[in-house]
Amino acid sequence: MASAVELQEIEVWDGNMAASHALRQAQIDVVAAYPITPSTPIVQNYGSFVSNGYVDGEFVMVESEHAAMSACVGAAAAGGRVATATSSQGFALMVEVLYQASGMRLPIVLNLVNRALASPLNIHGDHSDMYLGRDAGWINLCTCNPQEAYDFNLMAFRIAEDMEVRIPTIVNQDGFLSSHTAQNVRPLSDEVAYKFIGDYQSKNSLLDFNKPATYGAQAEEDWHFEHKAQLHSALMHSSRVIEKVFGEFAKLTGRKYNLIETYDIEDAEVAVFALGTTVESARVAAKNARKRGIKAGVATIRSFRPFPYAELGNALKNLKAIAIMDKSLPAGAMGALFNEVGTSLYQVKDSKHPILSNYIYGLGERDLTQVDLENIFKELQENAQAGKLTHPTQQFIGLRGPKLSFC
Amino acid sequence: MVKEIKNLKQFSKSAEKFEGAHLLCPGCAHGMIVREVLNAVDGPVVLGNSTGCLEVSTAVYPYTSWDVPWIHIGFENGSTAVAGAEAMYKALAKKGKYNGQKPKFVAFGGDGATYDIGFQWISGCFERGHDMTYICLDNEVYANTGGQRSGSTPIGASTSTTPAGKVSYGKKERKKDILFVMAAHGSPYVAQVAPNKWKDMNKKIKQAIDTQGPTFINAMSACTTEWRFDSNQTVEVSDLAVDSLVFPLFEIINGTEVKITYRPKNIVPVRDYLGAQGRFKHLFKPENEHIIEQFQKDVDARWEYLQRREEAKV
Ligand SMILES: Cc1ncc(C[n+]2csc(CCOP(=O)(O)OP(=O)(O)O)c2C)c(N)n1
Ligand code: SF4
Repeated sequence: MASAVELQEIEVWDGNMAASHALRQAQIDVVAAYPITPSTPIVQNYGSFVSNGYVDGEFVMVESEHAAMSACVGAAAAGGRVATATSSQGFALMVEVLYQASGMRLPIVLNLVNRALASPLNIHGDHSDMYLGRDAGWINLCTCNPQEAYDFNLMAFRIAEDMEVRIPTIVNQDGFLSSHTAQNVRPLSDEVAYKFIGDYQSKNSLLDFNKPATYGAQAEEDWHFEHKAQLHSALMHSSRVIEKVFGEFAKLTGRKYNLIETYDIEDAEVAVFALGTTVESARVAAKNARKRGIKAGVATIRSFRPFPYAELGNALKNLKAIAIMDKSLPAGAMGALFNEVGTSLYQVKDSKHPILSNYIYGLGERDLTQVDLENIFKELQENAQAGKLTHPTQQFIGLRGPKLSFC
Repeated sequence: MVKEIKNLKQFSKSAEKFEGAHLLCPGCAHGMIVREVLNAVDGPVVLGNSTGCLEVSTAVYPYTSWDVPWIHIGFENGSTAVAGAEAMYKALAKKGKYNGQKPKFVAFGGDGATYDIGFQWISGCFERGHDMTYICLDNEVYANTGGQRSGSTPIGASTSTTPAGKVSYGKKERKKDILFVMAAHGSPYVAQVAPNKWKDMNKKIKQAIDTQGPTFINAMSACTTEWRFDSNQTVEVSDLAVDSLVFPLFEIINGTEVKITYRPKNIVPVRDYLGAQGRFKHLFKPENEHIIEQFQKDVDARWEYLQRREEAKV
């Protein structure tokens, strides 16, 4: 039996350490992983937990991320709790296996510490990698700081392993800004954390020799569609379970998370919509904008997949203007979030649609400052007053060279 | 645990773990090899499979030919799928959550999955020392996708990506020597087998599966479709392969000790083996005869080398 760690009521942890402790507390049976900046410390911390007897599952340090996810799939099919962590190029190398894991409905938990994609090579945080796995049939949860990285990891096992869900789950956190920034984190004791997550419940295990399972069959035009539709349906319905787990976690800790998180949105006319650490910066900027007479708010979502279209559309529908902040650039298109948020709003019936603008920022961790956010709120205010978009739809923040904008 | 099979009658009686109802071509040696492997194991076994002929022919939803736990992930990672399952077994056994008999872990891959795209994964598994047996179904071609060349295709073979033509005699490169590559990983046991020599094969598979650690079997798998011979000729063509020493049967223990396990009484010329298959037909044209000579020289040299290694016991 692994030894427990005595934790303080408040620990000073960065996001990686917070994630590592959550993985340790989950008493995972198999972790298979490969290092890459900025998620490497998750793997290293875990290695030291193993070396010091705080973990008694298997820790398999494989030769690549593709192998890491392959081993995770084999291990999960064999019927136990499984997790891994990666970033950027490593996640890119895993993509093939992501689809295979979700297709087999294996509840693996993956910590994705978001980072830019080469080329040019860049080790810093942006959200480009998150979108590689967007359509892979995994639940995608978003966090803003180390406390949330910890909390969401505990909840991720509950969500993924729920018998109605059985879908692999990603916990996103921002590279460096969350993963390498030490903050106060309130952990649960090992015992309470494990009790919350619960024992792993096996289903169709490869190690059940009385009922031999066939995993990863092929299905052509006669069955493939049905399989994919089943996964999609389970994913769409998983938000119910996500909300249930949020609720139980709130009862246990007092920390309440919601599918849609808003700040000062009730009476707001304009708002910034963002993911990750930017949400916290935007809240500061919104508070300051209110001092200047702008009715400013902020919104974010906790589950990027399943995407909460209806809830988000309803939360934002009364705003006059919204800036959608994309920390990635889908080449040749509007930002990915811009497209999703726009779709949410167009699903709201009988609504006068808010004016939408798209800001591309922070690629390769280019700074986003309070002055930048102040200017965005100013532009939103102008749009709201004019009742129309007063500038191009897609603009770039902090980009050197000639001003770039589209549409 | 392995099973004692003494004669062909016993062998033919115990194949229910792999159902005859599958979609492999008539005469395909893949099915013979799988039956021989499953017959050699008595206790619980977990199988992994890479994408290829065996996989697409045996697990077509909603059917399965497998009466044992079986997993396919992708083309390259059958080895790591099994390694992951083996790691899970270890974890659960340690925690007292699995109390049954220790299973055997076996992965199958074609030569494409083994010599080429999946090599990194196999190498990783062997370096980490998972307790598993990897079995390559070596038909020297990507058969599932229509007969393209692989790193295992021999020199002179006409394949769909290296077709013999006006200026080409087919594949230019020699076959990769996978056994010595795998032995160099320090594997406790690697061996080459052919399904027509079933006793030799049965013995080696048992040894591989019962040896602790990662073990490797390269199984020659004659492919009626891509080697181009009649579907009732599988065993004859396989006999020619081992009797011409194109496919010598030997094993390497602990990474160094070479043992030849079959010495043909009458060694047949390589041209007899080549002549029995459509993929080498063009080599018998006068302008390509030198490739047959080259082939024979290569086979002689390798046999010589194997014998010297065996004698030297290093
Ligand atoms: C990543 C990837 N690349 C290519 C393929 C296409 N593919 C499937 S099976 C196969 C060839 C299999 O050849 P081999 O491993 O020799 O097995 P065989 O079919 O000959 O038994 C190929 C190229 C694939 N499924 N996945
Ligand atoms: S193509 Fe060859 S390897 Fe594939 S099923 Fe047919 S005979 Fe077997």
